[in-house]
Amino acid sequence: MTILPLRLLSASLRSHMEDRFSFVVQILAALAINGVEFLGVAALFRSFGGLRGWSLAEVGLFYALVNIAFSFTDLFSRGFDVFADSLRAGSFDRVLLRPRPAAWQIAFSEFRLRPLGRLAQGAAVFAWAASQLAWTPDRAALAAASVAGAFCLFYGLIVFQATMAFWTVDSLEMMNALTYGGVYAAGYPMDIYRPWFRRFFTGVVPLACVCWFPVLGALGREVPPALAWGAPLAGPAFLFLSLAAWRLGVRRYASTGS
Amino acid sequence: MTAYLAIVSARFRTLLQYRAAAVAGIVTQTFFGVVRLSILEAFFRASTGPQPMTAADMPAYIWLGQALFQMVPWALDRDVAAQIRSGGVAYELLRPVDLYGFWFSRALALRTAPVLLRAAPMVVIAAAFFGMGPPPSVASAAAFAASVLSALLISCALTVLISISMLRTVSGEGASQALLIAVMVFSGLIIPLPFFPEWLQPFVRWCPFSGLLDVPLRIYTGNIPAGEAAVFIARQLAWVVALVALGRVSLSWGLRRLSVLGG
Repeated sequence: MTILPLRLLSASLRSHMEDRFSFVVQILAALAINGVEFLGVAALFRSFGGLRGWSLAEVGLFYALVNIAFSFTDLFSRGFDVFADSLRAGSFDRVLLRPRPAAWQIAFSEFRLRPLGRLAQGAAVFAWAASQLAWTPDRAALAAASVAGAFCLFYGLIVFQATMAFWTVDSLEMMNALTYGGVYAAGYPMDIYRPWFRRFFTGVVPLACVCWFPVLGALGREVPPALAWGAPLAGPAFLFLSLAAWRLGVRRYASTGS
Repeated sequence: MTAYLAIVSARFRTLLQYRAAAVAGIVTQTFFGVVRLSILEAFFRASTGPQPMTAADMPAYIWLGQALFQMVPWALDRDVAAQIRSGGVAYELLRPVDLYGFWFSRALALRTAPVLLRAAPMVVIAAAFFGMGPPPSVASAAAFAASVLSALLISCALTVLISISMLRTVSGEGASQALLIAVMVFSGLIIPLPFFPEWLQPFVRWCPFSGLLDVPLRIYTGNIPAGEAAVFIARQLAWVVALVALGRVSLSWGLRRLSVLGG
């Protein structure tokens, strides 16, 4: 079961390498698109001199961690991303016939290497931000917990989006507001947002639990240790719920057949 | 002329059918609008020094930008791209209309229909919940309307230029990606252009991308006073002429060297 993803990944890599030029252009473009975004933040810092007590390096850490986490999610969830199409085409029936868990097969059925651009850019911002900040083993562990939690949360969102396709194939793009929009929003300190916005991203989609509380701890800011250490668990919990919904969807799935 | 009008109206009616996509787009654009506005408001609350724009300009700048998002040429015309890849462009050459005019008419529909579906609800949301007000004067409103129309023409000319570049590179990745980046940065989609560093301002002012979004938005907010708007609109129109001329020259050059694959 564990060898399957590796095989599929290497096959996908080899197929991408067939057109090396286009591959490189895509990665560079993704890198540049994400790169200019952070330069925009830097330009605002330059013009305004600060963001409510946050330094550019601190904002950079928020920004880098969520982008790194999401690039991993994006890298390993492409199959769920295009799931609605395969459901419509009827190819999901074939998946169900194979003696492997359906979610496992879908997850690794397709790879897209574009997220590597986001990853490279996130890593670059992280390297710069990290060099400006003071670190302890605890803080580094909190940063890692944030990335792991955010990876799970975004993965859960994408599984949830795919699951909705069992019931409707309309307006699935609305979930993009939560994934891409969530990455965008979590790249800044959460205390700049309106209260209803923060409540939504703490209680409904626990973005603040994975990208805010642990990072506050990683920055050495005032935050109860139990909250900083415990909150990232909301990520795996969200993923668990999404997978439960997914199984529910698979159970009630009746092929259109032809 | 009637042929081109027919192309615009046929494409327009097709594109108006994508209502579910419009609803999803409104939700997504509203979400991004909330985040962008929150970020800028937070910067304004922290700052004490004078800024090139005021905090009061922000809601209209951000929300109108989100509402007009689909007017900006951040992606290519997929159908034309597919035709060039498949060789179907040969059929287009057989039609008794000028290919540049044909593609420009398609672009005109592509850049207006989605905006018409999205803009009105978004402006209502922004005015009701996020403090977007009317323009400061009737003159500003009129200048804004003229400037948006010029922006639309720039956008269409750029869309066609991308299609033409695909005649040469087939995959079109390179040119369209480069354009996407330039459009995002220099149209004001990431941050309002006045916040760019001083040394970049002359470049920003003179390149065509500011005419896509930043100029009409700043005319609306009054950041560009109605009295000075004419200069900016003239610059937009000059870019339309330049980009159309460039497109026509490179199209005839591209067609001379075009070899269509397939049989």
